[in-house]
Amino acid sequence: MSQTSTSSNGSVGIIEPRTFRHSADFQLKCGITLPGFELLYETYGVLNESASNAVLICHALSGNHHAAGFHSADDAKPGWWDACIGPGKPIDTNRFFVVSLNNLGGCHGSTGPLTDNPASGKPWGPDFPTVTVSDWVRSQILLADHLGIERFAAVVGGSLGGMQAMQWAIDAPERLGAAILIASAARLSAQNIAFNEIARQAILSDPEFHDGHYRAKGANPDLGLMLARMVGHVTYLSDDGMGRKFGREIKSGDIAQGHNVEFQVESYLHYQGRSFSGRFDANTYLLMTYALDYFDPASDYGNDLVTALSGTTCDFCVISFSTDWRFSPARSREITDALMTARKNVVSCEIESEHGHDSFLLPIDRYFDVLGGYFQRLAEEADLAR
Amino acid sequence: MRADLAIIADLINPGARVLDLGCGEGELLARLKADKAVNGYGLEIDPDNITTCIHKGVNVIEQDLDAGLDNFADDSFDMVVMTETLQSVKAPVQMLHDMLRIGQECIVTFPNFGHWRCRAYLATRGRMPVSEHLPHSWYDTPNIHLCTFLDFERLCQAEAFNIIERFVVDAGHANRPLMNRFPNFFGTFAFYRLGRPGS
Repeated sequence: MSQTSTSSNGSVGIIEPRTFRHSADFQLKCGITLPGFELLYETYGVLNESASNAVLICHALSGNHHAAGFHSADDAKPGWWDACIGPGKPIDTNRFFVVSLNNLGGCHGSTGPLTDNPASGKPWGPDFPTVTVSDWVRSQILLADHLGIERFAAVVGGSLGGMQAMQWAIDAPERLGAAILIASAARLSAQNIAFNEIARQAILSDPEFHDGHYRAKGANPDLGLMLARMVGHVTYLSDDGMGRKFGREIKSGDIAQGHNVEFQVESYLHYQGRSFSGRFDANTYLLMTYALDYFDPASDYGNDLVTALSGTTCDFCVISFSTDWRFSPARSREITDALMTARKNVVSCEIESEHGHDSFLLPIDRYFDVLGGYFQRLAEEADLAR
Repeated sequence: MRADLAIIADLINPGARVLDLGCGEGELLARLKADKAVNGYGLEIDPDNITTCIHKGVNVIEQDLDAGLDNFADDSFDMVVMTETLQSVKAPVQMLHDMLRIGQECIVTFPNFGHWRCRAYLATRGRMPVSEHLPHSWYDTPNIHLCTFLDFERLCQAEAFNIIERFVVDAGHANRPLMNRFPNFFGTFAFYRLGRPGS
């Protein structure tokens, strides 16, 4: 099966997040206008003189701006995609200038449910408007303008991040050279939406949710968030992968006694769930899952994905993972087939991996060969220095 | 460039829509892109070949030919190419029909099992021929559907494929007079350019 390697390559080091403030009105697709917004972002590497080496990282459901490096010397863990971004890594910061942000509606510093609604002076909470993937793309374009980036060499994302990369290609074709869509889909399947709804119901039915006004009540729907994360987590792994990692190993108790038994897999899920509820906002979670569910660029083009993609001009790289059943290889093949029918440049790979949807975050040898090779090609075409 | 790929490249019109089944390291597509403004697609399953294609900027799609070509619409390409792969697919007749469904025309190349060396090997040693261009033993060969040129022509007749052109070459991809007179005896590889039944 797949192999993961420990990278001996460099880190981008200690990174300080910055804030981009857009002070003009910003109208969302839902019709509501935000009186400006802030986005928290990080950058790695150096923007070259012609600003031709910029790469945008779009995060997935529970991600944020902190994709690589550390915030302080005592940080136990680096950013969520540190394995992939850095000097000598697939997205090589010796050549590329990498931008990573917390999306609008997020809960890690950008304007969202946790920040104040200027109209009321109180946090937005559940009243923060519905945000779509194309709203995110428009907000990211404003960030690019602010950074002096006319055109990204590539826009990259996994899962919900891949949806943003696809929307970039459709909405702003002149502003990117390549869209890299990893473990993504052109629209969610009914099964995928169903899992999001289970996660939402877990949160909504938690008595501590208080219709989304939990902060004002000094409460937090920890249990709901925990359940949401547990369900999500199971769908991000594969049966084989879980079998290999946990099997039927018992953490405590004795099956012969018949009670108080805790399997390793239960303990792991409890831990993942608890740690998630401590660092993620429930209203943002709901907002992100709606953005996932509603994403369907073909719906603007007579439900025809080929038509939706026909105006794109960038190159595409589509990557999927063999055991990913939440965003299965078949969903990626739909994208690839539509791109070929639309006569776009596309490379497409299905990486053998036992890690399910989570694979897109892991340093799998072949995955990084493909991604690194693709970025190397982009660097050579743009004649970027090492 | 591999001599056989140069022969194929010559058969493809500038700007044509090309699908290369089993594109290997993408040599043909890279050449067509550079020389003839052809930006085709190549299907491949070998990871190393795919990585090489990506380095070359070739549009490579990871897809197993034996899983079928249902994802390609009728008439979506001008030319569908398959070099030295027909003999290793599970369903070669279906493959040829698919190639002519997807493309207006197709080019297939394959080795000749009727070459005199194969015949002599089997006749004198009584064993399955192993040679420079068919280097595998019977038990580990990917070539599960070997045929002679004559066999292939019979198939084209039976399926009413239109043979537009045919080239026969030796192991060095050169054409010699004798093999034009007796292709099924002296030819090592054949290139067939086929059209649809009735075309």
